[in-house]
Amino acid sequence: MPVTIAISIDDACASLDAHPGALVLAGGTDLMVEVNRGVRRIDHVVAVDRIPELRGWSIEGDHDPVHGQVLRLGAGTTCADLAEPALASLVPALAQAARTVGSPQIRNAATLGGNLATASPAGDTLPVLAALDAEVELRSTDGTRRLPLDEFVTGVKANALNPGELITAIRVRVLDGPQEFLKVGTRNAMVIAVTSLALVVDRPGRTVRVALGSVAPVPLRATEAEVLMAERLDFEGLTTPEPELVNRFSELVADAARPIDDHRSSAAYRTHAVGVLARRAILRAFSGPVPEPA
Amino acid sequence: MTNESGFSLSVNGRSRSVVDALPGESLLFVLRERLGLAGSKNACEEGECGSCTVRLDDETVCSCLVLAEAAAGRQVMTIEGLGSEGDLSDVQQAFLDAGAVQCGFCTPGLLMAIDALLENDPDPDDLTVREAISGNLCRCTGYGRILDAVDRAAEARQAEATP
Repeated sequence: MPVTIAISIDDACASLDAHPGALVLAGGTDLMVEVNRGVRRIDHVVAVDRIPELRGWSIEGDHDPVHGQVLRLGAGTTCADLAEPALASLVPALAQAARTVGSPQIRNAATLGGNLATASPAGDTLPVLAALDAEVELRSTDGTRRLPLDEFVTGVKANALNPGELITAIRVRVLDGPQEFLKVGTRNAMVIAVTSLALVVDRPGRTVRVALGSVAPVPLRATEAEVLMAERLDFEGLTTPEPELVNRFSELVADAARPIDDHRSSAAYRTHAVGVLARRAILRAFSGPVPEPA
Repeated sequence: MTNESGFSLSVNGRSRSVVDALPGESLLFVLRERLGLAGSKNACEEGECGSCTVRLDDETVCSCLVLAEAAAGRQVMTIEGLGSEGDLSDVQQAFLDAGAVQCGFCTPGLLMAIDALLENDPDPDDLTVREAISGNLCRCTGYGRILDAVDRAAEARQAEATP
């Protein structure tokens, strides 16, 4: 039988070992497109969409006022799950990104782990995970290892998965501060990103973290822009920064982009757009003053 | 290479065995070509158009992106399970009443999406409706009447629910 329907992570890993070269099928929204087009042949498939351990999320460890709590998201968490209010309140930018993926039908099937496995430069959740300094948890019959996102995504549709390895979870910090995900495309629904940007604020850590999508083979952090803003922003009150600072931030973010011309956009447009998104995101995040807690 | 052992699918409450599928066949292909359920339409085969929308364990998905064999043991509901001639569902009747059908190709997928929407949100606002059908493309430009049909179906379902 060319399809194994795995019922546990151990079961899936054992099947991957038993069938070298087997494809992992989660939501199918990327894999089946290739199968339908005839560019991907199916020899053996390990379906992981019915593994309860992969669905769902939890908060790990004690509350840490400086670094925040750790949110562990099962790799089988769907885009629809990510947009649910309980999760959206913990990682708002991830929920915003998940809401922009495909259509309701796609979001019901597509998973966070699948977005990572595909590792498309236009993967909508990837800039958010990069901004959140996410860790990817991988399991095989040899054991578990964790990789930072920038070591996991290694190129255009390339990742650090070894043969027999399965993405089991993604870990991110729950941050105290506003978050934004913004995306430019040809229309509002059902669109692949021309460019995207995630911005997260860590108020206790006094940092802004910015990551860009669709402007390089892998998600990019705009490090110089982050350093500038860490020194200059009002992390207590989140008051609106001066126009001159916003301009400089926008320029530094655009400078960080390394886009190419392709069928979806020109490199010049992408560079321009990502600067506009940077301005929009920082002004939305820093629109204080923050009201006093009641 | 065919899958000689076959597999079975639960479609519209009935168990159906599939014995002659080739590896990699989508649920849409199996429904249409092997089980004779041609109501789900095949257009883009990449999840863009929504005309193959079915319910899989209650959730709407594009059946072209479901590997048929991997759906074994899950509940599949197709447009044929929504209603039948002489026993139309409220959404189907609303589409007829509103004249929301032109060429009809997108209609099964839209009916499945709207049926699921009204189940979760009996009185959706306009934005919610537009979002819910954002994955179903109609190229006859019939959206005005489709939106009208959603309003009619929502009213009919609410009237049904209040004794």
